[in-house]
Amino acid sequence: MENLLVIAVGAIFVNNFVLSRFLGLCPFFGVSRKTSGAIGMGLAVIIVMTCASAITWPIYTYLLSTFNIEFMEIVTFILVIATFVQLVEMVIRKYQPDLYGVLGIYLPLITTNCAVMGVALLNVEEGYSFIGSVVDGFSAGIGFTLALLLMSGIRERLEFANVPKSFQDLPIAFVSAALLALAFMAFSGMRL
Amino acid sequence: MKLDELTKGVFKQNPIFYLMLGLCPVLAVSTRVDNALGMGLCVFFVLVGSNVIISIFKHRIPSQVRIPCFIVVIASFVTIVDLLMHGYAPELHERLGIYLPLIVVNCIILGRAEAFASRKSVFHSFLDGVGMSIGFMLGIVGIAICREALSTGKIAIFDCTIVPTFTQSPSVMMTLPPGAFLTIGIIMALINYKNIRKEGR
Repeated sequence: MENLLVIAVGAIFVNNFVLSRFLGLCPFFGVSRKTSGAIGMGLAVIIVMTCASAITWPIYTYLLSTFNIEFMEIVTFILVIATFVQLVEMVIRKYQPDLYGVLGIYLPLITTNCAVMGVALLNVEEGYSFIGSVVDGFSAGIGFTLALLLMSGIRERLEFANVPKSFQDLPIAFVSAALLALAFMAFSGMRL
Repeated sequence: MKLDELTKGVFKQNPIFYLMLGLCPVLAVSTRVDNALGMGLCVFFVLVGSNVIISIFKHRIPSQVRIPCFIVVIASFVTIVDLLMHGYAPELHERLGIYLPLIVVNCIILGRAEAFASRKSVFHSFLDGVGMSIGFMLGIVGIAICREALSTGKIAIFDCTIVPTFTQSPSVMMTLPPGAFLTIGIIMALINYKNIRKEGR
């Protein structure tokens, strides 16, 4: 039985998905212009990553490894995740129109977000149990949201800063991300 | 005209620096030049293969379910590369790790399938795939050269030293995540600087 707290702290801080594993960079730079957008995207990612971990674990354990077809992992996972995201979108639109207003535009973007596929593959690689996988998916989503919120705060302030012309918009965002990653590196010294 | 399909991916629409697509593997794998070359070759194979296949079957794929069809084609090519690498280059396979299967969710490949291969002829799609992947390779290897040179003080590809040690006190930070963000930020600023000067003239 693995320690769930270690998995959670590891996924949020030590191996933060965005700042140390480089997963989900497209939404990280695409949606971090405004804090309100960052919150919507973060919520959508938390929901999808938790559920994707919960779905891919039984599929891998009971279907792929039982029949010794682990090499189909990539094809199966991407199809399951893409279908699942579509399903979540339809269900939310039907039953929770208010929530759909907040999350709606972000859900389709998540299909090609490598963080979701990444968490499914990492769970298999680390050999987590079902609970461990779900906790890992949830905490990875929290870590993604944390990084996205911090970044959107920085970028809102950068709007008013006097940035050299060639550094405007994306280049300065990358340099700020470097400083943020440097701050997060302090966590890698933690002994768990 | 035909040459244009090939060269636009390399310079004018470079997938990394202009379209900003597929950044995740670029930043993660560019710690060493040989890793970057390996990743570039994998993307080359997958992008050219999926572009050609999708363009052959473009009239048979119903447009409502085209995205899932594209994903299946791409995922099959990624699986082929993954198994080939595992068999013939196990060391490189180990080092690329999770980023090799993640080519499947790389936006460049799905983006090219959607924007180009599903509309144009087979030969043009082939040229587009070759051009785009050469552009990707140039970008990732360029970043890797900067990072490896600054972090180890020399450049070595598969144990054969290309540039001998030029500094005794390299900066280890460049192999770590902050170095990746910093390198790509500065390269993009340099490109912007060049473009601004060209417009000003």
